[in-house]
Amino acid sequence: MNEKNVLLIESAFKEYYFNRFDLIHVPQKATQREFGYQKFNSGMTRHLVVKNDKELHLMLMKEVPSDVYCSNAYYTFPNLPMAEKDWKGADLIFDIDAKDLALPCRKDHTIFKCGSCNNSVTELQSQCPKCGSGKFETASISCKNCITESKKEVTKLVDILTTDLNVKKEQIETYFSGNEGFHVRVTNADYEPLVSQERADLVDYIMFNGAIPESFGIKRQDNSKSLLPTFEEKGWRGRVARKLFSSKSKVPKVTREIIAGGYSAFQVQLEEIKKTMGVRVDPKVTMDIHRIFRLEGSINSKSGLVKLQCADLDSFDPFLEACLLGNDEVQIMADCPLQIRLQNKKFGPYKNEIVSLPKYAAVYMLCKGLGNAI
Amino acid sequence: MLKIGVKDLAKYPFLTEAGEYLKNTGLNLEQLGHPDWQPIVEKAYGRIVVASSGQIYGSDLETLDNDSELLSFIVAIILLKSAGIATLIRRFSLAESRRAERYLQQDLWVSRDKKNLELPLKIIRDLFAVNVSIDNEDFVIKVPDYLRRAIHFHEKEWKLVNRRVTNGLVYLSAHETVRLIRAELGEYINGRIQSVNVDSIPPSFRQRVEDLVSLAKKFSDTTYVSSEYPPCVKHGIEVLEKGENLPHSGRFLLATYLLSKGQTVDQIAPLFKNAPDYNERTTKYQLDHISGSSGGGTKYQCPSCDKLRSESLCFAIPDCDGIINPVQFGKKRKSP
Ligand code: SF4
Ligand SMILES: [Zn+2]
Ligand SMILES: [Zn+2]
Repeated sequence: MNEKNVLLIESAFKEYYFNRFDLIHVPQKATQREFGYQKFNSGMTRHLVVKNDKELHLMLMKEVPSDVYCSNAYYTFPNLPMAEKDWKGADLIFDIDAKDLALPCRKDHTIFKCGSCNNSVTELQSQCPKCGSGKFETASISCKNCITESKKEVTKLVDILTTDLNVKKEQIETYFSGNEGFHVRVTNADYEPLVSQERADLVDYIMFNGAIPESFGIKRQDNSKSLLPTFEEKGWRGRVARKLFSSKSKVPKVTREIIAGGYSAFQVQLEEIKKTMGVRVDPKVTMDIHRIFRLEGSINSKSGLVKLQCADLDSFDPFLEACLLGNDEVQIMADCPLQIRLQNKKFGPYKNEIVSLPKYAAVYMLCKGLGNAI
Repeated sequence: MLKIGVKDLAKYPFLTEAGEYLKNTGLNLEQLGHPDWQPIVEKAYGRIVVASSGQIYGSDLETLDNDSELLSFIVAIILLKSAGIATLIRRFSLAESRRAERYLQQDLWVSRDKKNLELPLKIIRDLFAVNVSIDNEDFVIKVPDYLRRAIHFHEKEWKLVNRRVTNGLVYLSAHETVRLIRAELGEYINGRIQSVNVDSIPPSFRQRVEDLVSLAKKFSDTTYVSSEYPPCVKHGIEVLEKGENLPHSGRFLLATYLLSKGQTVDQIAPLFKNAPDYNERTTKYQLDHISGSSGGGTKYQCPSCDKLRSESLCFAIPDCDGIINPVQFGKKRKSP
C-alpha cells in the first residue's frame, strides 16, 4: 500500500485506539495467550505476551497495527516458539464469512480492479477494457444481504452448540468479524482440550458433512420405516426428520417415497440437507489450534470496521455499530464504481474523482483499494 | 469393594489384580521352569504366534482351566520381554486387547439384565478415564471423550455426524462402547508389558524365545519418510509402520500421493508390508491399478483435502493453509 494511504489510515486507527479504550480489552486468561500484530507493508510480529488491558493499549498506541491477533489457545509459555509453548487447550472458534456462502448477491457488490492500471469494473472480464491486462484483484463492499445470511448461519450454529453439544448460552460469544462475517467463540472446559483432528470431526458434525444414509435408517436394501428418524428425536436425526417430513400429517406419504426412492436417492437428499441446514463455517479455522485470531475491539484493515461483540445479533447493524472511526472530513481520490452505505449514509459511486468524505468512509475505500489519499 | 474372581482375571489378565492373585498362589518363575509347566509355555508361545499373524487368540472359559489362561498370558509376556522385539509386543498387545474386548462386550451385554455392570464399567473408567453411563438401552459418553477416540477410526459410521448426539452425549451400543477403547486397551497392555522386568529366564523357556526372534524377522520396519510430506501422508505411513490397520481410503491416499511424486509401484509396495492383512500380490495388483499401468489405464489422482478431511485423514497444520490437495503441500507459499 502506498505511503500516503498508510499515513491516513494509521492516523484514523490511532485516533480510534486512543479514544475507545472502553471497547478494547484482552480476553480472559490473557497471560496464557499468544498475541500478534501486523503493520501496513510489513510482516507479522508474533509470540507476544500482553498481560492486561493497559499493556494492550500501550502496544496499540505505540505500534498502531493494521491488524491485531490473539490465540484461542492457552499455553504455559505463550512467548516461546511454537514447539516450546506447551499447548494447554483452546477455545472453540468458528469463522462464518459471507464470501463462503455462495450468495447470489455477491456478484452485485464485487468490484474487479485491474492489477496493472488500477481501473475498476463491476463485471468479471477476461481482460481489462482499458489496458488489456488479465490480472484482477477483487474487492467486495458492504451488503446487507450478506450480513443477514451470515447471521442465519450464526443462529444455526448456536442452536447446534446449545442443543446437541451442551454448550451454555453464556459460554458463546458472537462477534462481527470486522469485514463480511461473524466469529463465534465458545469457552467450555469440556471442549478446550480437543486437538485439531477432533475439532475437524466436530466441525463436520456442525456442517453436516459426511452423513451416511445408514445413520438415518436407509440401508442399501430391505428398508422398513421402523429405522427412519422421527419428529421428536434430538440431534441431526430429528432435524433431518423435520426437514424431510415437514409436517406430521405427511409422514406416511413421505416415508413411502423415501423407501421407494432407495439408497442413492436418499443420499442426494442428505446432500441437499447439508446445503441448507449444515452450518457453513470455515473448517480450517476451527481445526487450527495454534491460530492467532483477530482480537475483539481491534480494527480490521480489510475495511476499517471494528471486530465487535454483538449483544443482540438480530438487530446488529455492522455498518452502523462497527463503523467507529472518526467523522471529520478528508479528501481522497475515489474510484468506487458502486455505492456504499456506512453510518446510514450513502457514498458514491465515484469515478476517479476527488471527494471529501468522513474519515470512516475514506478509510473504508482506501482499505478496499478503491481510492487513494492525496 | 468390587470382588474380582479368577474367572475375571482369565478374561482380563492385564489387570493389576492378576499380579496379586499370582502372589497369593506362591508360584514363582523358577517353578514355572519345571517340565510340569511346559504346556503353559507352549500355550503362551501359541498365544504370541496367533497374535503376530493378526488373529485373535480364543479361549473357551467354560471348559478351560482359568489358572492356565492367566498363567499363559504372564509367561507370554516373559517370552516377549526376553525376545525384546517391539513389533511382536505391539502385535501381541493389539491381539490381546481384541480378545479382552470380546469379553468386555459380553460382560456389558450379559450384565445388563442383572444390573451388574460394575466390572466392565470399572475397567473402562479406571483404565481409560471414560465415564460411561446408561440411558435405557444405550451406553452414553461425553462428546469430547467420544471424539478423542473415534477420530482414529476411518469408517464413516464413526463420524460424529453419524451418531446420535444430544445434550453433549453420544449414544452407543455395548459393542461400539468397547470398540471405542480398543486402541487404548492395546496401549495399556503394551505399557504393562513394557513395565515388566525380566532378568533371567528358566532354561525351558529359551528355545521358544529364539523361535520368537526368528518369527520377528518376517516383519521388518524400514520405510523412508520425508519431512516434506504433508501431515496426512506422514500419518498414513506412521500407521502402517506400527503394523496397524490403515483403511482403504488411507492407502489410496498414500499410493496416489507417492505416485504423483514420481515414485514407482515397486518403491511403494514395501510400505504396506507391515499391514496386518498384507499380501504381496494383491498389493501390487492394486497399486498397478491405481497407477494406471493395468486395467483401463486411468491414472487415479490424489484425493482433495476436503475429501480427506471428511474421512478423518486430514491432520492440517498451518503449512496446509491455502492448499486444496496434498500434492500442493510445500509448493504454495502461505498466504498471510
Ligand atoms: S490440509 Fe490437505 S495436505 Fe494438509 S493434512 Fe489436510 S489433507 Fe493433508
Ligand atoms: Zn487495466
Ligand atoms: Zn451480498
